[in-house]
Amino acid sequence: MPHTTAFARNQWYVAAHAHEVGRELLGRTVLGEPLVLYRTEEDGTAVALHDRCVHRRYPLSEAPTRLDGDRIVCGYHGFTYDTTGTCVYVPGQKRVPRTARVASYPVAERDSLVWVWIGDPALADPDAVPRARHLDSPGWVTVRGMEPIDCDYGLLVDNLLDLSHETYLHGGYIGTPEVAETPITTEVDEDAGIVRVGRHMADAECPPFYARSTGLAGRISRRQDIEYHAPCLYLLHSRIAPAGADGDDSRAFRTEITYAITPSADGRVYDFWAVSRDWATDDAEVTEFLRANNHTVVMQDVDALNLLQRSLGAERAGYQELSINIDTGGLAARRILARLAEEGDKPVEPVS
Amino acid sequence: MTAARTGEVYRVDWLPGTDVLHGTCHCGAEHTAEDPVAMWAWMLAHPDGHDPRGNGS
Ligand code: FES
Ligand SMILES: [Fe+2]
Ligand SMILES: [Zn+2]
Repeated sequence: MPHTTAFARNQWYVAAHAHEVGRELLGRTVLGEPLVLYRTEEDGTAVALHDRCVHRRYPLSEAPTRLDGDRIVCGYHGFTYDTTGTCVYVPGQKRVPRTARVASYPVAERDSLVWVWIGDPALADPDAVPRARHLDSPGWVTVRGMEPIDCDYGLLVDNLLDLSHETYLHGGYIGTPEVAETPITTEVDEDAGIVRVGRHMADAECPPFYARSTGLAGRISRRQDIEYHAPCLYLLHSRIAPAGADGDDSRAFRTEITYAITPSADGRVYDFWAVSRDWATDDAEVTEFLRANNHTVVMQDVDALNLLQRSLGAERAGYQELSINIDTGGLAARRILARLAEEGDKPVEPVS
Repeated sequence: MTAARTGEVYRVDWLPGTDVLHGTCHCGAEHTAEDPVAMWAWMLAHPDGHDPRGNGS
């Protein structure tokens, strides 16, 4: 397959928004591993198990597989698993084979996101989950969604690290001429695996997305500060204010745009998105506008990336790209991902 | 589990009003280029060609 970015194992990935995980079995594939997710009845803890029954590999996320209390009963012949993945019942006999278990995955629920650890469970440290506190903080309102895209996850990373595409792909929504025209600064924190891309526009048109939600008419100062915690979490700190009032926080609107970029399989990625604001929080019309408008914007990216992947798939091997200044952050992200993939493939060192 | 933050930060500024990228390595070496591929190639070659007194270009 053309354009396949290597997966980085031994990392946390967002498998779901918290509200998606409940008493219905949810199937998700992360880094090629099929998972079934649910919440326990007892204390609401999210559980992630391998989504294939050990017996004949029926997908446990598919009906008529069901929950019986906190146990999963396979819908094909009734093998029953507890929250650790241990098979506790097989039909017709008393002895449950010792090897009858499905893998269970470390789970960390943070900031209304359900993270799963893909890799060696012994290395999973929940404190290493990157945070997005605005998603679940008092005083903030969030709209959100998830769209699967049939493209290499590297294409989505590229897309999000270079916001100059807003001007062209999202013109009339979030793009204005100034985005593509304004130089960026790029910072790479090598050890933390963070890429920061900043674009500060002193005097810009206010795009409809913000004009209609904030009521700002006229020129604005607009700052976009990206913080990409490779491989999965992408934060865009957005701030707009009337032009000339850039230093005046009382007239500024801060919006946090969050993406989780979760590789699903080769050529497939989950695009989790969220828009959070701490202004006009009780205005339901603004909430609905931002939800609908951002969904439209996300779908513009989804359509473009589906198309891009198909067209890359039709290319001869070894096609060339041409990078220019706007790509400085995207290139940095690619390199960090390659390093993380390499580290995740290394044999595990003994934990000291 | 998280790698220790040793503060190794690479920075590339696209100089306003120009097509020039100005890079600063965590060692203090600086470099200019008009192409991000060339810029990262220089940056990641650290310490090769990195003069901390700022004459890396
Ligand atoms: S496949 Fe699950 S019990 Fe047979
Ligand atoms: Fe986009
Ligand atoms: Zn250096």
